[in-house]
Amino acid sequence: MAYTVLIVDDSKLARMAVNKLLNALRCDWPRVEAAAADEALKAVVDAAPDLALIDFNMPGRSGLELAAELRRVKPNMPVAIISANRQQEVLNRAAAVGATFLPKPLTEQALAEFLNVAEKALRKDHP
Amino acid sequence: MSNASPNILDEFELDALTEIVNLGISQAATSLAEMVRQEVTLTVPAVTLVTRDEAIRTLGERASTNLVAVHQVFEGDITGRALLIFPEAKSLELVRAIVGGDLSIEEIIELEQEALAETGNVILNGCLATIANQLQRSLKISLPEILHGDSSVFFNLEPPPAPGDTVMLVYINFTVRHRDIEGYIAMLLDMPSIHTLQVLLRELIQRTGG
Repeated sequence: MAYTVLIVDDSKLARMAVNKLLNALRCDWPRVEAAAADEALKAVVDAAPDLALIDFNMPGRSGLELAAELRRVKPNMPVAIISANRQQEVLNRAAAVGATFLPKPLTEQALAEFLNVAEKALRKDHP
Repeated sequence: MSNASPNILDEFELDALTEIVNLGISQAATSLAEMVRQEVTLTVPAVTLVTRDEAIRTLGERASTNLVAVHQVFEGDITGRALLIFPEAKSLELVRAIVGGDLSIEEIIELEQEALAETGNVILNGCLATIANQLQRSLKISLPEILHGDSSVFFNLEPPPAPGDTVMLVYINFTVRHRDIEGYIAMLLDMPSIHTLQVLLRELIQRTGG
């Protein structure tokens, strides 16, 4: 089953990089893109994505704030925070909102592991 | 930032440049946080290409005249200089954050140059190395040098700048938790390097999209 992925990053290049990896790993999964947290929340209503890949350092609300908001709206949604900022505090905060931390630049292996876990959880939720 | 800014890179190239600078600074902040054993928060970097005069004016408006900078020269396909700049008044605070709170003021002053050089080295090297890796090029980076003065001093270092030199200004507010420390990063590139950078950014965009 194909799941819809929400990609949130203020950089078009970074969204392209995520898309390229998704093409290799889950080419049939639809995507919806957003360049900021507000846009992402609107996309959640409009496109009902199943999982989210979110950049940490964005203008306006940060990726972690967005992840926390998504957690409230969609408690079971698999969410990953992507960042080159691997400080323990950032990792802790990602864990606190139930998000998986993925280091940037994103690798195919790291994304594959997240997608596998997310897919299993989504299947369980929607058998 | 200004209508008079050199309009060299298109919107997508500037996006790509901002993204790789962001990558570099985020990784460098992780290293800085390990040094100061405190969280380092970052704003989203604003990357602009401006003329040297604009850079001097802009930094002069934003920061005080008493500044300290850690300066490193980089050479390779792209040649230029990188500066980590912050108010001189904050420099001892930064040293204190790195070496810990138990030292006397005399000891901290003694360590100032070394600690600043090391901080600059970690931030600038980390940032430049990431940018070079992303562009699949290598850069030779000099040892850090500490400068005191204002923006006109930093942007007019020997050898004398060529008239067309462009300054890539990266505004980033990095704050060490519980300490009021913030800084800027500036990179100065000459015209040939800006054009090489543009070619490399186009290649990066091509690789990412392909």
